[in-house]
Amino acid sequence: MIELNNVSKTFTLHNQGSAVIEVLSNVSLSVAPGECVALTGASGAGKSTLMRMIYGNYLTQKGEICIDGIDLVQAAPREVIALRRDVLGYVSQFLRVVPRVPTLEVVAEPLRAVGVSASEAEARAKVLLTQLNIPERLWSLSPTTFSGGEQQRVNIARGFAHQYPALLLDEPTASLDRTNREVVLCLIEEAKTRGAAIIGIFHDEAARDRICDREIDVTAFTPGIAA
Amino acid sequence: MTPLLSVQSITKRYGPHVGCADVTFDLFPGEVIGIVGESGSGKSTLLNCMAGHLVPDTGKVVFDTRTDGPRDTIAMSEPERRMLSRTDWAFVHQHARDGLRMGVSAGGNVGERLMAVGERHYGDIRNKATDWLARVEIDETRIDDRPTTFSGGMQQRLQIARNLVTGPRLVFMDEPTGGLDVSVQARLLDLLRGLVRDMGLSAIIVTHDLAVVRLLADRLMVMKSGRVVEAGLTDQVLDDPQHAYSQLLVSSVLQV
Repeated sequence: MIELNNVSKTFTLHNQGSAVIEVLSNVSLSVAPGECVALTGASGAGKSTLMRMIYGNYLTQKGEICIDGIDLVQAAPREVIALRRDVLGYVSQFLRVVPRVPTLEVVAEPLRAVGVSASEAEARAKVLLTQLNIPERLWSLSPTTFSGGEQQRVNIARGFAHQYPALLLDEPTASLDRTNREVVLCLIEEAKTRGAAIIGIFHDEAARDRICDREIDVTAFTPGIAA
Repeated sequence: MTPLLSVQSITKRYGPHVGCADVTFDLFPGEVIGIVGESGSGKSTLLNCMAGHLVPDTGKVVFDTRTDGPRDTIAMSEPERRMLSRTDWAFVHQHARDGLRMGVSAGGNVGERLMAVGERHYGDIRNKATDWLARVEIDETRIDDRPTTFSGGMQQRLQIARNLVTGPRLVFMDEPTGGLDVSVQARLLDLLRGLVRDMGLSAIIVTHDLAVVRLLADRLMVMKSGRVVEAGLTDQVLDDPQHAYSQLLVSSVLQV
């Protein structure tokens, strides 16, 4: 489902003396449907960078990133947009939304984008928000004013609204209490069972051990550190 | 898929000075593209060339018309192009005053565009105008008031209603949220996003506000000195800019 071949990334900082930073080199990995892989490595090793490259958020200079048969490195922007809409989900650590849009709509939006009717999308959003213990009185409010943990849970609900065949999770259990952490882990397990290919970053070791089939240490691809 | 708009090597010079040079891109149905750059980078010149307000020195602007398929709008006859700008195209000006008729009532401003495409039944026109005022959150009781009595934000929303009432397929926007205070901006962004999704609109948005493009645009072009220096997915260009100028632009935004 997700396949990386010899992927490399450098940042060139034109306005800081054209400094060139090699972040990752020759990353190859593959994740099958129903498999969950954890990216590990010390802070700064490039876990998030790699994740963002797989989402097409960071530009990849070399190599191939194939998701569902489409090479993200070569794909036109509109192909990447279609891939993100239908196939590839991403739960980031931060919620980014248009101000004023009610939480229920924020969560239902990914479903609306794939053509699900408004009522059906809202029904699914309600189920997820209930599961994640967001009180019903908050559903009609914009999540921009919510607490950090609440925003995180809205973000997760949004990420799991549409059943993406491939999922990227950046610290999905950070800043959650025990009850909600359990809910999120169950959601991830459900996604695995239905055959989603998942790549995640988990600092929560117990969670990692429970849901991940394999670990990939990103340090092995970091030129500065490995050498 | 046929692009809705195919812009090919558009160049416009003002004497020896370059307005915009050799700009080429395709816009597909339902896509929103943002054009950013500092003042004088040529973004408004480009927008006006595409919308038929300026005649470029070279290049083509091919639009996929409903009846005849792809046509070069620059080579079209004036009446044909005018018809297009009344039906399938819309243009939202930065200053609402440029896009509205200030001496005509709010309802009249919306109704006028309907009459231009052949609607004659007064009752129907008034009903549609009422409906559109509601959609852009202008109170129905203001329908007979002139836009001169409206606030800046209301005028901008009225301009949007006037433009979208005929169900265009392509909207050109020149700094649609410029000059409005932030709470009004947020409201307008929310409105535009909803309209883009529900009507399946394609849009070209010129702005210097990076937060606006992040929320509205699928793709982004960065212009400097009349040229496109970088183009790509909006979040990719903003989060991992490649060109020196894009990096400067992104890193210069003040964090709130």
